[in-house]
Amino acid sequence: MSCYRGKYADELIANAAYIGTPGKGILAADESTGTIGKRLSSINVENVENNRRALRELLFCTPGCLQYLSGVILFEETLYQSTAAGKPFVDVLKEGGVLPGIKVDKGTVELAGTNGETTTQGLDGLGARCAKYYEAGARFAKWRAVLKIGPNEPSQLAINENANGLARYAIICQENGLVPIVEPEILVDGPHDINKCADVTERVLAACYKALNDHKVLLEGTLLKPNMVTPGSDAEKVTPEVIAEYTVRALQRTMPPAVPAVVFLSGGQSEEQATVNLNAMNKLQTKKPWSLSFSFGRALQQSTLKAWGGKEENVKAAQEAFLTRCKANSEATLGKYQGSSTLVEGASESLHVKDYKY
Amino acid sequence: MSAFVGKYADELIKNAKYIATPGKGILAADESTGTIGKRLSSINVENVEANRQALRELLFTAPGALAYLSGVILFEETLYQKTSDGKPFVDVLVENNVVPGIKVDKGTVDLAGTNGETTTQGFDSLGARCAEYYKAGARFAKWRAVLKIGVTEPSELSIQQNAQGLARYAIICQENGLVPIVEPEILTDGSHDIKKCAAATETVLAAVYKALNDQHVLLEGTLLKPNMVTPGSDSPKVAAEVIAEYTVTALRRTVPPAVPGIVFLSGGQSEEEATVNLDAMNKLEVLKPWTLSFSFGRALQASTLKTWGGKKENVEKAQAGFLARCKANSDASLGTYGGGSAGGVASESLYVKGYKY
Repeated sequence: MSCYRGKYADELIANAAYIGTPGKGILAADESTGTIGKRLSSINVENVENNRRALRELLFCTPGCLQYLSGVILFEETLYQSTAAGKPFVDVLKEGGVLPGIKVDKGTVELAGTNGETTTQGLDGLGARCAKYYEAGARFAKWRAVLKIGPNEPSQLAINENANGLARYAIICQENGLVPIVEPEILVDGPHDINKCADVTERVLAACYKALNDHKVLLEGTLLKPNMVTPGSDAEKVTPEVIAEYTVRALQRTMPPAVPAVVFLSGGQSEEQATVNLNAMNKLQTKKPWSLSFSFGRALQQSTLKAWGGKEENVKAAQEAFLTRCKANSEATLGKYQGSSTLVEGASESLHVKDYKY
Repeated sequence: MSAFVGKYADELIKNAKYIATPGKGILAADESTGTIGKRLSSINVENVEANRQALRELLFTAPGALAYLSGVILFEETLYQKTSDGKPFVDVLVENNVVPGIKVDKGTVDLAGTNGETTTQGFDSLGARCAEYYKAGARFAKWRAVLKIGVTEPSELSIQQNAQGLARYAIICQENGLVPIVEPEILTDGSHDIKKCAAATETVLAAVYKALNDQHVLLEGTLLKPNMVTPGSDSPKVAAEVIAEYTVTALRRTVPPAVPGIVFLSGGQSEEEATVNLDAMNKLEVLKPWTLSFSFGRALQASTLKTWGGKKENVEKAQAGFLARCKANSDASLGTYGGGSAGGVASESLYVKGYKY
């Protein structure tokens, strides 16, 4: 075969398949120190290590939530943190049947000569870092490539650079025992319609899978984390059924069946929107040889964060909010979500931030 | 979306899906005049139009055979031929729910500076030709790209040229109402093992699907005609189950689910081998979001040809043999082939080194 099969091949395949277990998905809790700072400041909480730790403890120790998760993406700091009682987060997750993951990219930098397009850095010493993260208990990784839609965007340069970067990151992960989540996020910013988003998504995904093949990545040991196909943020909304149709079709046209699962990013959608859209996709009667699940950050944590407000006495209420979202998204992966009759504060709030960086 | 959705889009999708009907497959009867000449001379039959017409009539009117076929690929001459009663072949096929197809490439030419690698020609006025073929009743087309395995082959040039060529041919077909069968054949010639064939097949197919995406081809309105993944012709054989596993793995890694069906070429395998391998693939317990069927030329006709020998009195027996191979492959496309329809000729290897047709 044309792909690299190293010593971790069987493990990678098993772990990727496990993450795609129907009924489960990923909590993206890998906000960098700067980004989590913005979240904390929005609820008037100081951005110090103990508060960052307290928030993650609140999430990971929510009674009953881990059954709905197959993985949690961590930021490096968090990978080495423990509960207040001294139990490593990695152990909390493992005991709950959840694979720890690690964000390994080092953010985006601009591509000179383009209209604000970017590439992602982090390849230097990546192999060694992955090996260390594996030792610390991580079993999957995440690397976020970012593209945008505009009159001349995404440019061929941006597509090639980001696809190549994702493929290079992916093979290095596999050499070191980490399942790479391949994330080519096309930002929702703009007045374009859903057809344009579909066109761009299909071209970007085709380029990604060509690059993965060129770099000999073992597709059975990877996951995809794409945007859903939607109208731009400044365009008229459409129904979840339309989003589902366009999204699944884009995947049918580009994603080989060897990839076990898709874990969508929420990209600024409200908690409820993201869940309802995921549900619509899983209800769709069409060819889907990969499971369709979630890898949500904001869309899993927003109302939890608000309910917490940084106060010990609010932890229980915050954890209930978090459990509700986890269960809702679990149901959505099975096409069984009934919708929320009473949404807690924040669940319908759009989480779109223009030109989002984190 | 990134695919071109022209006036024929719905028809293309419908026809591609029909051709991919489980239990049916394609008879590749598109041998050029030169190639059919070799077949006819092997049974001492003169290569004149009447004999070419007689052979195809034998095949298309074989009682019960058309039930197992969803399509027949024709050479241009045949598209305009009739039965001896004067009924156009196209009508015979259409009345029996078989979609007529047409070979549109004009053969291969060497790529200078390579070690015998080739590209395929046929672009000039291809659109206009497709439109004419559509008017004559054709609803799908075929274009054969050829690659080889060697120490430095397939080269990047060969992969790129053939992938881009297939994509360009495909979009021109779709503009003119013909479902393009995309055929990137990697020859079996050589002493390489099955892993080498798998690597080459995965690399080539990845390049093909990237090219199809680049050129805005509507995948739902296409079919793929690949080689099976096997050891080279000079290498020890492996079991059908092994061929099935490597082939399906290669396809799972490269062919998007939007493609409705995959119709394998037989590439020199004997009739029985080709059927047994196809059957093994359909028996494989793994997720396959496209149907796996056949588009066989030699592997459907070899024993029929021998039995006929060009003699009228042998037609009935030859047709019975042809029906048997059609049914066998229909069963294989459902994973229910029991074996046993192989006569002596059915097990004969049809391998010809450096095969051109």
